[in-house]
Amino acid sequence: MVPYLCCIILFLIGIYAILTKRNLIKIAIGFCLLEYAVNLFFALIGYKKDALAPIYTNVSQSKNFVDPIPQALVLTAIVIGLGTTALLLSVAVRIYEKYKTLDIKEIKRLKE
Amino acid sequence: MIELYILLIASIGAGIVAVEIKDLLASAISLGIVGFSVAIIFILVQAPDLAIVQIVVEVLTVIIFVAVILKTTHIDTTLENKMEVRDYLTKGVFVIFGIFFLIFSISALKELPEFGKPIMKIASHYLAKGFEEIKAANQVAAVILDFRGYDTLGEATVLFTSVIGVLTILRKIGKKK
Amino acid sequence: MRGMTIIVKTITKLLVGLIFLYGIYIITHGHLTPGGGFAGGVIISASFILLILAFGSEEIKERIGYIYSSIFESIGGLLFVFIALFGLLLGSYFFYNFLPKGKVFMLFSSGIIPLCNVAIGIKVGAGLFAIFLAIAATRFIMKE
Repeated sequence: MVPYLCCIILFLIGIYAILTKRNLIKIAIGFCLLEYAVNLFFALIGYKKDALAPIYTNVSQSKNFVDPIPQALVLTAIVIGLGTTALLLSVAVRIYEKYKTLDIKEIKRLKE
Repeated sequence: MIELYILLIASIGAGIVAVEIKDLLASAISLGIVGFSVAIIFILVQAPDLAIVQIVVEVLTVIIFVAVILKTTHIDTTLENKMEVRDYLTKGVFVIFGIFFLIFSISALKELPEFGKPIMKIASHYLAKGFEEIKAANQVAAVILDFRGYDTLGEATVLFTSVIGVLTILRKIGKKK
Repeated sequence: MRGMTIIVKTITKLLVGLIFLYGIYIITHGHLTPGGGFAGGVIISASFILLILAFGSEEIKERIGYIYSSIFESIGGLLFVFIALFGLLLGSYFFYNFLPKGKVFMLFSSGIIPLCNVAIGIKVGAGLFAIFLAIAATRFIMKE
């Protein structure tokens, strides 16, 4: 249960960055941390003690494997995370081009 | 499994540094520490597929962050400002949320099977069928492309959407003039 | 983004082909060893990104990069959907594994899985390359 709790703490650090930081790049870093925490949690759920990676190397092998389903779910999510992070950062680049600051409070003031 | 705990604590520490440090370049590099620790943990929990993807994706993430920071600014000026009432309010909301989240997650984690002993009801079926009927040696590939192909199709659509979004936002203005 | 020194350029010329080849190996052996379409696609896009970082984004013609990467991404996505739809055409369900399965541990085995891996690899590689090209090649029009 301790490894799961470490994932929860990493998740909370990401939530903290999103809620309280005012710099747009810090907010993007918070989203990245959330993503890593969830991926790590899934991979840890599938772990089985003294088991092998779910890949057959010969026919007469023992079938003591770790759970392949969480791994399959996370494999696609990692690549998607890179795409969504790039989308967030491109929005940040355009905002900086227009307002010349990354501070969200300043942007709100300039908009009025 | 002492390495697992060391890496988890290192990733938590690097995460705190990434959120709190003033220089944004150092922040991106700390994010890289978290990502590579996660990649090594994937190797320790017997997931080589995930480790390969995570290492390359982490390199690309840090490169994209550095490219964006070089284009904008690399000092977090928001840390110099004085704390206002609203900042204390958001921090207070976070503390309340965090306490509730921890309490509920601990009571939910007690219901999960113990660490290192998954139930594997569906997985045992997949592991048997994937080798005998589909004849794939890598069971993760059998799951993502045969048993759960719909999932992969959906994720491919999300990736397509994000690529279109980035290209639309960063398109050059006034090219046709 | 400017290019780097001659040392980096020479090393990049030697290495980039090997990285590309490794990506293709990861994609085609995805059903036998760790890897697959997602991992191989990311490695292929990393090889192109290494080229941009070493030689600078001025030397690469951006328009051609955009056009080819969007064409290849569409080809990858359409190929994946058509492989899935072909099962319906044969009178079975979506994502039906219609090819002969072959023998285990051979390169041509396990039906449609290698084909799907190739389609996803093309799609992911072209998509991530397009993202990086867009971010690296953006120039600001700063209005004073």
